[in-house]
Amino acid sequence: MGTSAARNADVLVAGAGVIGLAVAWRAAQRGLSVTVADPAAGSGATNAAAGMLAPVTELAYGETPLLALNVSSARRYPSFVAELEQDSAMTVGYRTCGTLQVAWDGADLAALRDLHAFQLSLGLAAELVTGRELHRLEPGLAVGLPGGVVAAGDHQVDNRLLYAALRAAAAREGVAFAASRVTDLVVTGDRVTGARLDTGEVLGAGAVVLAAGAWSMQVGGLPPDLLPTIRPVKGQTLRLRTTGEPLLRHVLRGSVRGSPVYLVPRADGGIVVGASSEAVGFDLRPRAGAVYELLRDAQALLPAIGEAEIDEISTGLRPATPDNAPLIGRTSLPGLLLATGHYRNGLLLAPVTADTIADLLAGGADQPELAAAAPTRFAATAAAAVAAR
Amino acid sequence: MALTIAGTELASRLILGTGGAPSLRVLDEAIAASGTSMCTVAMRRLDPGTSGSVLDTLDRHGVRVLPNTAGCRTAREAVLTARLAREALSTDWIKLEVVADERTLLPDGPELLEAAAQLVADGFTVLPYTNDDPVLARRLQQAGCAAVMPLGSPIGSGLGIGNPHNIELIVAEARVPVILDAGIGTASDAALAMELGCAAVLLASAVTRAQDPARMAAAMAAAVHAGWLARGAGRIPKRSQAEASSPRHGMAVL
Repeated sequence: MGTSAARNADVLVAGAGVIGLAVAWRAAQRGLSVTVADPAAGSGATNAAAGMLAPVTELAYGETPLLALNVSSARRYPSFVAELEQDSAMTVGYRTCGTLQVAWDGADLAALRDLHAFQLSLGLAAELVTGRELHRLEPGLAVGLPGGVVAAGDHQVDNRLLYAALRAAAAREGVAFAASRVTDLVVTGDRVTGARLDTGEVLGAGAVVLAAGAWSMQVGGLPPDLLPTIRPVKGQTLRLRTTGEPLLRHVLRGSVRGSPVYLVPRADGGIVVGASSEAVGFDLRPRAGAVYELLRDAQALLPAIGEAEIDEISTGLRPATPDNAPLIGRTSLPGLLLATGHYRNGLLLAPVTADTIADLLAGGADQPELAAAAPTRFAATAAAAVAAR
Repeated sequence: MALTIAGTELASRLILGTGGAPSLRVLDEAIAASGTSMCTVAMRRLDPGTSGSVLDTLDRHGVRVLPNTAGCRTAREAVLTARLAREALSTDWIKLEVVADERTLLPDGPELLEAAAQLVADGFTVLPYTNDDPVLARRLQQAGCAAVMPLGSPIGSGLGIGNPHNIELIVAEARVPVILDAGIGTASDAALAMELGCAAVLLASAVTRAQDPARMAAAMAAAVHAGWLARGAGRIPKRSQAEASSPRHGMAVL
């Protein structure tokens, strides 16, 4: 904070999570004047996330359009991080540690084998390994795990360090911060010309970027049917602390009797364990059962985790769109751009989102690569649904 | 071929569970492909007030919502959850689940029966998820349940119908619809359930966790229909010896 908000800016970004700040930083680098408004900057999904950068192990059947986007953003990460660390004079905990995806029992392994075949069919780098090979890679794993997949290119970033660096880099580029909520868009004629804050103040802007995550639909003045429904999906993560020899070298993901869990080891001995997935509205209360299930499954894969210290239980709301892919780009309302709906992949998709939006703000053309994330992709189905009634 | 439960007609004999769908779009496509008339939704993990929830998707398809008490371990919990569901969703239909432990998710017979009796007395239309136990199924009917829903095998196991003989026994003495609930892995399991005389099939994971959920939903719809037709058509008896399909009498001796 500290910087007072500019009354008029080229760009107003609603939402100061990792997406909003990455967009602000990239736009400011291009010489645009940028204001970011958020009453609780960085406190949402950005804070609860684990920072897995995992296009291969995130792959799900039926989501290949999203895969291309994830891969594109993962490729941008090394240069994104290098530039950000230089601009902010901070480190972001980017670790090229690779990821192990392990099975708990025979049924989990059968499902993993199918998924591995699917990964290979799409040209992804993933290697099927036996339980014994898993143990050589991670000696702390529970004995008897039947096998897994090594995704050597799935890495991690420390979401909180990355966020702090974005904040510093954006400030250095002259981005202004307003600790207020955008309540309404201001539309003049046929285009967005700014937004109203909860203080009553109106900020004029050449363009507004909606980056409010799960809260994106709560901004007033959005034309009906401009956005698909973005619903909050609560996720819980745990932050554990270990001392001495690291318990894990790779990011560890597994399915324990069909229930997914991941463990992300930081360089300082911290381990992030996640994540629950609950569609229960705007409810941020941590639930005991979710903590139990995460620890139960984490310990099933890595028995020594039981000795770790519990630092923190975090909850966040993932912004989920109907097809799990984000909304990145221009809308049918001139002056309004979307950078939201990133669901499970906000940290991973920050570079591609920021590059794309900054490009569009600077007058660039729509990129075909981003078609899977086009905010207008639901319009056709919405119209069909109305017609069918 | 409509199914009638407690005097209400449902066009489809396939009931879908919504749990496990990777996205609402996938659920949307699966519902469309299944042609289902009723979907069951877990009350414990639902906020009916949130827009864009699974309820909006069901509403758009015009399918009946059957709330369930998944996750409940005691009669008391299940009765409370059913009352919350009635309040929130304005329906007195309830899919009653009272499971014994999370490892097997098998129904807890005594708790189930107790919850069923209380809910029937409270005016609910009760559809209990039960074991493949003919005696428990009989007791649930005596308690006033509107259907009985025996498992084929444990929830999510995809093992199919472990004890077809028991399902036949349940069907043979049932005065309410028998709905096979849980354990379906693929289309032939659903067809078998109908061939055994079940009035309908309820499944979730088999579709929502399939690699192509919409395609599997279409397969299940076809299988349920095929099994229902076959049951009505009267299958031939199984024989240990061949019997030629063309008669040999009266053939010319050449």
